[in-house]
Amino acid sequence: MFDFSVITRWVDQLLRGVMPDAAATVVECVIIGLCLLLGYSVIALALIYAERKVCAWFQCRLGPNRVGPLGLLQSVADMVKMLIKEIIEIRHVDRFLFGLAPYIVIVASVGAFACLPFARGLQVLDFNVGIFFLVAVSSIGVVGILLAGWASNNKYSLIGAMRSGAQMISYELSIGLSILTMVVLSGTLQITELVEGQADGWLLFKGHVPAAIAFVIYLVAGTAETNRGPFDLPEADSELTAGYHTEYSGMHFGFFYLAEYLNLFIVAGVATTLFLGGWMPLHVPGWEGFNEVMDYIPSIFWFFGKAGVMIFVIMWFKWTFPRLRIDQLLRLEWKYLLPVNLLNLLLMVIVVVYKLHF
Amino acid sequence: MDISIQETVFFLLATVIVLFSILTVTTKRILRSATYLLFVLFATAGIYFQLEYSFLGAVQLTIYAGGIIILYVFSILLTNQQADERLEKLKNSKVAAGIVAAVAGAGLSLFLLLTHSFGPSRLAGGEVPVKAVGTALMGTEKYQYLLPFEVISILLLACIIGGIMIARKR
Repeated sequence: MFDFSVITRWVDQLLRGVMPDAAATVVECVIIGLCLLLGYSVIALALIYAERKVCAWFQCRLGPNRVGPLGLLQSVADMVKMLIKEIIEIRHVDRFLFGLAPYIVIVASVGAFACLPFARGLQVLDFNVGIFFLVAVSSIGVVGILLAGWASNNKYSLIGAMRSGAQMISYELSIGLSILTMVVLSGTLQITELVEGQADGWLLFKGHVPAAIAFVIYLVAGTAETNRGPFDLPEADSELTAGYHTEYSGMHFGFFYLAEYLNLFIVAGVATTLFLGGWMPLHVPGWEGFNEVMDYIPSIFWFFGKAGVMIFVIMWFKWTFPRLRIDQLLRLEWKYLLPVNLLNLLLMVIVVVYKLHF
Repeated sequence: MDISIQETVFFLLATVIVLFSILTVTTKRILRSATYLLFVLFATAGIYFQLEYSFLGAVQLTIYAGGIIILYVFSILLTNQQADERLEKLKNSKVAAGIVAAVAGAGLSLFLLLTHSFGPSRLAGGEVPVKAVGTALMGTEKYQYLLPFEVISILLLACIIGGIMIARKR
């Protein structure tokens, strides 16, 4: 299978050949940063287009079909519109916090994005606490949302931010515990080792019952964490106009919008990494010919394919379930998901201690 | 040349910490103060990452930046009706007490800085693996921390029950 570290090592050696080590390190950091931001925005554009088409499909419409073939350039056109729009200054707000909030949200999102393993050898941050770091960085986004709601000096924004904060803090527990369950099974926190450990079978199949429960809980909590339907009450249009980003315009609003879609991708990417083998191809023990064929598909397609399926499932949720009320939402987390999750963690520990997994 | 990059990053982080620490205590708006504190905690986490102790760095991010600061912001939003109103003037006695505390703190820090002999800023064997941290937390032998860990758990449990008791009182 093709290893992307060949390319990165070649670039590294090329740079070190023409300039001193320190300068090479700085240049590499800049290149990696640019590549990350480029990938980030391209994926966001693709997701916005996909969301519109999938939504249209569920509602028996056509979706965007005027700008470019099949409406492919619609989200690009929207991006250009967003970039040239005026950022409206609002009176009686704390300017500094108002301007800062979207950046905190986007930095948290990019930080988590940088931890994802896109393909063999194609990963930016690989700490030995990898997945823990990812959870830690993505938890900072809540601060941005709360600040945005408060700094807008608007009741609807503040209510939206409070709802969003309560929701994200609650569901972070479920996400953390279901990730912990899978870490118990795989025995490592480092993301490359997590993926390598799934070469002989994805963790979802290896851990059977507890892994399946953790997977379902992760999907529910992940959907809630991204503020998507049926958990989209922080920005329920009919009640709160647009929730915490009502007062934002131009690219400041664009940052919230981007981060929302990328958080969807990050949730799907983490589900892929933890449960569906990351970039590992599908292998069935005993089917040698089948496994050979699967190995010919490049690892980057495996990762994006699996993540795409997960994104489709989360979009499917949005158009299937009606929106929850805030008390139902909190009851679901604290009275059902959390106890089930704790018992599931115990079950996984028993399975691992008595070696009942595959 | 490699060392100079390390030093540059360190001095950058140190400047951020000092600058935002001062801003945290001098700003007149309480929510801004919480935000500046967030930056101080970020930069501290950065120093942990620079020391190649990414476990502590991630803990710093998730507990302080992701947990405590959100708790602060939440409690400011929920309790302070005029969150944007400026603070009242300090009394002279409070200013004097603050100066005495600051001088004592500076003296203590200086004393420790001058008398403490600093070890190497990086471990010889590279990063401490998470497994070692885990076994140290969960072991009962010498230099292992199961007992303190459990004591803290009981303390936190007591805090949770106390919080519920206070919140339920009508």
